Amino acid sequence: MTPQEIFDDLKKKFGDVIVEGKLDASQPWIHVAGSSMKEVCLYMRDDECLKFDYMSCLSGVDYNDGKLGAVYHLTSMSHKHKIILKAFCTKENPHIQSVTEVWGTANWHEREAFDLIGIVFDGHPDLRRILLPYDWEGHPLRKDYKVPEFYDGMKVPY
Amino acid sequence: MGLLDQRFQNGNILITSIDNLLNWARLSSLWQMQFGLACCAIEMMAASASNFDIMRFGVIPRATPRQTDVMIVAGTVTLKMASRIKRLYDQMPEPRYVISMGSCSNCGGPYWEHGYHVLKGVDRVIPVDVYVPGCPPRPEALLEGIIKLQEKVRKESLVKKSA
Repeated sequence: MTPQEIFDDLKKKFGDVIVEGKLDASQPWIHVAGSSMKEVCLYMRDDECLKFDYMSCLSGVDYNDGKLGAVYHLTSMSHKHKIILKAFCTKENPHIQSVTEVWGTANWHEREAFDLIGIVFDGHPDLRRILLPYDWEGHPLRKDYKVPEFYDGMKVPY
Repeated sequence: MGLLDQRFQNGNILITSIDNLLNWARLSSLWQMQFGLACCAIEMMAASASNFDIMRFGVIPRATPRQTDVMIVAGTVTLKMASRIKRLYDQMPEPRYVISMGSCSNCGGPYWEHGYHVLKGVDRVIPVDVYVPGCPPRPEALLEGIIKLQEKVRKESLVKKSA
């Protein structure tokens, strides 16, 4: 299926939750509302024509204008088509619904996005830091992050 | 050690012979604690393999710090790992030495400017004897580091030399 067909299929089923689709970009992507991610992704995984059974990547992004986002790269192993979903949130309210129950790999990907960007995934079974130590303060990959002076008695900057 | 200090202040023939014997024994069998953290570990493995053979210097890799003389810190030291390195260094029995291998453990390496979780040099947590520069250092450079450490061990003495 082409990206346009995928977009039309989703728009017909979900309506306003699918906000818009940037389908003429070099990698076409669809903007989905963050609060209904799980419902949309369950349909995309289980429907016979879409059958997106493989999420290759989930990345967190800081867009440097107060907006945070999560980008989902989905592939279908049986139909061999791909699509990208994007969900946005603000720094004041960084909540996106978790898709851990749809694709098991999302568990650690969402933990990484939480650790480094600070997006809280609602419904995640075990949301804690995965790369940095548990008592680290701040989310380093945000654009306004300041390196701490000391951690645990060690001087951090050069 | 205190009694020897008092009695043999300037070091006589007995002490020098024992010194030479002990130092030779120690430098010929510097058992290392394999501490490969990142890419430098591959070069350390290459140094242990057949072409550059670190074992001909007496350096055997041991997995536990309790049985080792030298800890070769090879690779990037993160802040999370640094507390573990300190703990393992404390578990090594004396006389113990540390070789810092590669840019990352010398001074932070390529992550010196923007690394928010990199310890800029392992000498911020443990005392280092020999620094081996390189990114990564060639196996021959690591062997030269071992030889430099052996020269340092050769100069050690049971009694402190008074001025």
